[in-house]
Amino acid sequence: MENNHMKLEFLSKSNNESFSRVVVAAFASQLDPTLEELSDIKTAVSEAVTNAIIHGYEYGEGVIVIESTISGNTIEITVSDSGKGIDNLEEAMEPFFTSKPNLERSGMGFTVMETFMDSLVVESLDGKGTMVKMTKHIKNISDKER
Amino acid sequence: MYLNMEILDNNLIVKLKGELDHHTSEEVRKKIDKQYNGSSVSNIIMDLNELTFMDSSGIGLIMGRYRNTVDKRGKLIIACENMTIKRILDMSGLLKIIELYPKLDEATNNI
Repeated sequence: MENNHMKLEFLSKSNNESFSRVVVAAFASQLDPTLEELSDIKTAVSEAVTNAIIHGYEYGEGVIVIESTISGNTIEITVSDSGKGIDNLEEAMEPFFTSKPNLERSGMGFTVMETFMDSLVVESLDGKGTMVKMTKHIKNISDKER
Repeated sequence: MYLNMEILDNNLIVKLKGELDHHTSEEVRKKIDKQYNGSSVSNIIMDLNELTFMDSSGIGLIMGRYRNTVDKRGKLIIACENMTIKRILDMSGLLKIIELYPKLDEATNNI
């Protein structure tokens, strides 16, 4: 696969969750992923974008940027916000940890991203924002049973 | 997101259709709770077979409704045979406490 790159910017409104994950899935589709791989990508993007909306921009709307690069059979996706950042990243990444139990958040966001993608790196700076970088290797068509 | 609710015996049957994420789950939660709290039924059966997408917001929604049924001494069970939805249910550990049946009629017969 030839290398490729895209960048998407949108406001942190919850109705952009669906829009943004569909755009990334459409970009990823040039790697000819299976439905399961595509669903993994959509779910991971949805988790990262939801975190940016609920936590990053808790105190007001802002801009979310998604960049995605295809190199070979691997897709890299970064979701960044310039929101409030995460105080305690270690705690935030623990399964079932949520700072918003009243909103019925399950605390599973980072666990979902880790499980459905091949790698996950989170960088956050207090008051400056958060960046989530994820990669997923899409198997070659010849490796797949179709 | 389309939501269809029906009361049958002691069960509130909730059918969800479309995409369940943070944006849609809030409204779904309000509608289910209004119906459940306003009636005497104690069980909830959630049919997820027509969902095309669900992220961890759906897990939060199910966990919350499960707690409500425990408070009313009822049960919550799920009907779902969609593999992608089942993966996230399984991953969350919810299926250790909530029974899952492939189809709605099986869920209704087993509550």
